[in-house]
Amino acid sequence: MATRYFGKPIRRNEDPRLLRGQALFVDDVHRPGMLHMAVLRSDYAHAQIHGIDAKAARERPGVVAIYTAEDLGDLNQPGPLLVAPPPIDGLVFHTRTQRPLAVDKIRQVGEALAVVVAESRYVAEDALADIVVDLEPLDAVADMEQALAPNAPRIHEDLDDNLAAHVVQEKGSYAAIREQADVLIKRRFVYDRGTAAALENRGIVADWDEKNQHLKVWDTTQAPIPVRNGLAATFGLAESQVQVIAPFIGGGFGPKIMFYPEEILVPWIAMQLKRPVKWIEDRQENFFATTHERAQIHDAEIALTSDGRILGVHDVFLHDSGAYDPYGLTGPLNTQCTLLGPYDIPNYYTEFSVVFTNKTIVTPYRGAGRQHGVFVMERLLDFAAQELGLDRVEIRRRNYLTPDDFPHNHEIIFQDFAPLVYDSGNYAPALARAAEMIGYEKFINEEQPRLHAEGRYVGIGIVSYVEGTGIGPYEGARVTVEPTGTVSVATGVGTQGQGHFTVFAQVVADLLGVDVTKVRVVTGDTNTFHWGTGTFASRGAVVAGNACHAAAQAVRTKILKLAGEKLEVAEEDLVLENGRVFVRGVPQRGIDLGDLATQANPLRGAVKPGTEPGLEATSYFGPERGATANGVHAMIVEVDPKTMLVDIQRYVVVHDCGKVINPLILEGQIHGGVAQGIGNVFYEQLVYDDQAQLLNASFMDYLIPTATDVPHMETDHIETPSPLNPLGVKGAGEAGAIPVGALFAQAIEDALGDVDLGGHNLKICEMPLSPNRLFELTHPEARGAA
Amino acid sequence: MSASYPIRVTVNGTVYEHTVEPRLLLSDFIRHELDLTGTHVGCEHGVCGACTILLNGQAVRSCLLFAIQADGHEMQTVEGLADGDDLHPLQAAFRETHALQCGFCTPGFLMILLPFLEANPHPTEAEIREVLSSNLCRCTGYQNIVKAVLKLVDGGK
Amino acid sequence: MKPPPFDYHAPETTAEALTLLAKYGYDASILAGGQSLVPTMNFRLAQPTVLIDINRIPDLAFIRSAEDGGLHIGAMTRHRSAELSPLVAEHAPLLHETMPFIAHPPIRNRGTLGGSIAHADPAAELPAVMLALNAQFRLQSQRGERWIAARDFFIGLFATAREPDELLTEIALAPLLPRTGCAFREVARRHGDYALVGAAAVVALDAQGRCEHARLTLLSVGEGPVDVHAVYHLLSEEMPSADVLRAASEAAARDIDPPADIHASAAYRRHLTRVLSEDVLTRATARARGSH
Repeated sequence: MATRYFGKPIRRNEDPRLLRGQALFVDDVHRPGMLHMAVLRSDYAHAQIHGIDAKAARERPGVVAIYTAEDLGDLNQPGPLLVAPPPIDGLVFHTRTQRPLAVDKIRQVGEALAVVVAESRYVAEDALADIVVDLEPLDAVADMEQALAPNAPRIHEDLDDNLAAHVVQEKGSYAAIREQADVLIKRRFVYDRGTAAALENRGIVADWDEKNQHLKVWDTTQAPIPVRNGLAATFGLAESQVQVIAPFIGGGFGPKIMFYPEEILVPWIAMQLKRPVKWIEDRQENFFATTHERAQIHDAEIALTSDGRILGVHDVFLHDSGAYDPYGLTGPLNTQCTLLGPYDIPNYYTEFSVVFTNKTIVTPYRGAGRQHGVFVMERLLDFAAQELGLDRVEIRRRNYLTPDDFPHNHEIIFQDFAPLVYDSGNYAPALARAAEMIGYEKFINEEQPRLHAEGRYVGIGIVSYVEGTGIGPYEGARVTVEPTGTVSVATGVGTQGQGHFTVFAQVVADLLGVDVTKVRVVTGDTNTFHWGTGTFASRGAVVAGNACHAAAQAVRTKILKLAGEKLEVAEEDLVLENGRVFVRGVPQRGIDLGDLATQANPLRGAVKPGTEPGLEATSYFGPERGATANGVHAMIVEVDPKTMLVDIQRYVVVHDCGKVINPLILEGQIHGGVAQGIGNVFYEQLVYDDQAQLLNASFMDYLIPTATDVPHMETDHIETPSPLNPLGVKGAGEAGAIPVGALFAQAIEDALGDVDLGGHNLKICEMPLSPNRLFELTHPEARGAA
Repeated sequence: MSASYPIRVTVNGTVYEHTVEPRLLLSDFIRHELDLTGTHVGCEHGVCGACTILLNGQAVRSCLLFAIQADGHEMQTVEGLADGDDLHPLQAAFRETHALQCGFCTPGFLMILLPFLEANPHPTEAEIREVLSSNLCRCTGYQNIVKAVLKLVDGGK
Repeated sequence: MKPPPFDYHAPETTAEALTLLAKYGYDASILAGGQSLVPTMNFRLAQPTVLIDINRIPDLAFIRSAEDGGLHIGAMTRHRSAELSPLVAEHAPLLHETMPFIAHPPIRNRGTLGGSIAHADPAAELPAVMLALNAQFRLQSQRGERWIAARDFFIGLFATAREPDELLTEIALAPLLPRTGCAFREVARRHGDYALVGAAAVVALDAQGRCEHARLTLLSVGEGPVDVHAVYHLLSEEMPSADVLRAASEAAARDIDPPADIHASAAYRRHLTRVLSEDVLTRATARARGSH
């Protein structure tokens, strides 16, 4: 079977529409009679609700309805736990989820108190100001450690404290090997909050068709099928009465997979008012009402032998959940597993506590906890290398798993609830290749000493990681050859720009021998395909891609069988090429696929029992476990000693995600991931005061990196196929973002290593950094000075 | 305060006559009154640039203008770039180099590049990155957008 | 983030605008470029009941050279016009050097010099540059008109000497002395951002190379643009050697009371002040020496 498209940098099928501005995003949806919703949100992080008076708001011209918690009745239940905690012994987990509208108390700024529905969003916002809310502010807690202190303000009063969850996992015995270590490095690491800030804010349009008893919803969700199922369950409808469409989505990155209160409210209101309702989140709301990620504090220790071999790692950390914990433990579990990296670590003790704070809920965002694991591990190795006088590249190489070690069972439970088993990997070549590309040896031996002598602070960093990807449970696809010869592919994973319309088309086009532009992919519409979970955890290509492959394979089988009958030849003698099935070497003796499809769906005659009409098949793929991709990032930076501005001079990524379906799209994913990594590491930080007020809820003060902040990235790929799926692919969506923190810390320390800090040793154990923070770290005498 | 005013604007060569409230933002007018939804709204405070259009040939943030201010003026939006079935050369270059992923920021980038390229037909990479820094993209890391512009200008040589 | 409702007026002459300002005073906001005003309205931090749109008054946008070699700039001159103006490049090189630092091209296409000056954001570039150039501002009202020097105009945080019924209509820049050099620099987190700290210097030398006039102004280190008086005292009649300039920059860092915010501590701002002051004073001096 020819692979015309697999592995080729094919242009995307979906681009012309997007480029012309003809692609449908949720806010582009307009329905006759549509009303607009605005949400009244709390300005306090922690407060008792004593009353809401919406009388004046109801009387404002243009206002159609106002809903408070009272008006919602039974609908206003705490939401479902979206991801259950994993089966780990001794696990503690307290489920606390949000109601659509807050009752009794507010637990985070931005929590919804009431909604206004009006003729326009402008009027709805006017009406928000009319609503009088009697809130009694309570002492709020923004800091994780303070939240766990005795007498901390209690966020959920029915709990004894603010502990949301506690998990311990262990492999081997760290306590036992600790005594034997030649070197022990112990450090505290702090990794602070950020937000995905997709360019498109969230939004929902709901239209209830009273006559047909059918609910149609457009939603900026990464998971249209679970949303549909949730809505059907909530409203007591059959799943077939609900259609959820996730059209083009302007960036997801994780937070759009969460199930939000607005996703219940907007459809419910549409059903109450019997008019379509639209709610579009604005940017200010997004900072409060869309989930965040990233705040963790680690106390970690590594034990090594004198030749730099890791004996074990001990890590105890806190994870900030925000006010509720609807998304389970995905983030911290990812941290626990990803910390292990590409290394052979025989003993590992990892413990985390999830803490409630009066801040926005935390759910996975690109990397989803892996950043923290990599930061801790790579930093510990860097400090160990310094202490042992070992080269950074060498200490990593010495501890890498070798290709013979696979599959490698790390025994730690991963976010898919199974022990983390690395399927395949070949780590040393990636490290060597990255070092070669960035000129590591030459830099540290020649260029850096020369430039340092000139007074220039240049440094190099190189870090590696392993990423669990492509987890189940499953996805499905239906492939259909149309009478026109076009092939339709329907699948359940939504898309937010990863090129699914093209990548899946490539897989199918190869199997069926059609032009890739003739494969029309439909995703994100539950009416078209309604089994599956969604786009997250770097799994689209792996799970849905393989489902497309399986379905196309089944259709191919049907084509060969039917064509063999029609042409009276053996199936082995048939070839699929250019949209035709024909006898090998005799192209004129064949049938166009469109004609074959028509023949497979006769209007007269008999269809044999056990056969299906048409050339269509539906298949599902569920990997037994996630595939593990890996990569190495390297960077050369120069720090201006006067301003502490950092200039990235070179950035190299060597990435291994198994077989690559479309290198152009893969590279785009890496570029985007690195850019978000750079943002999280050097520009973006959500800053709170001690009453959990967010101080920088705008793009003026929450700094997204621009084209002058993101460097040119040089990439290379290694392909170590995954044995877990027929395509041999591994996930890649999050990879770029994962090791950037560790990389920056190492490179900047390297650049400033010679700086006279008056006896202090610069050790970067925190994220994010900034010029201001670098100034403070290198001028300790300035801290606390006016 | 809810007085409305008639305005007459030309967008992509077509004349439109509408009545608007003074506070109606130009971005909302274009998207919801004129149904030209290719221009997107990302922040409504002038930073992300997704709403960038051309007003009398100059790139502006439509979220920082009131529709009433556009009365009597000419605008161009992304819908005006392609020529029937043919993509504008800049659009085609974006497609070739995978300069868009989710596509939400893309119209804003196209519009800010048009006047820039007219005034700077042979920009360096640094100059390209400088003008691109006017807008935010969360998906691409900008590299392929730079590549698209370089490809376009090199093709002209 | 939709703005609240307002009454809208679009006068077509300065006289009409002044009549409206006399009528509405404090209740009115002037819509010039809108690049600062409209975001605050979209956030509903500003809720003016009346908006006076002065974009349709043609007389307010101009750049003219004066007979004495100075420059007259209309308040509604867009940043972009000033940026591209050969007159500005020739007669006000400090302004010319500063313009590209102001935000980004689409903002500069709409933003105006008058608007930026009247808004008086302590982190904005133009107030500090105007102060360094000892600019004079023309304020007109129905009661008459007056000219006011930049140093008397900026009186506090987002506060100016403009009365509610006054319109800033013109900026006058005096001609530069012979052997004058200017320089501007700022440090920002990202290209186009508000500066963490910015510095503008004007240095004029006499025929012997001694400093005849020196001015250093700073942005983002106080409630408005800061004029570092110590610089004039330290440099006046001195040969501006590297040591003298360094001492001046240290004085600048000492004499300010910079704020701390989420982007920079006071100590870091003080440090940057010293670094940038030395840089602009050094470059301005070099340019003064190099000019005729």
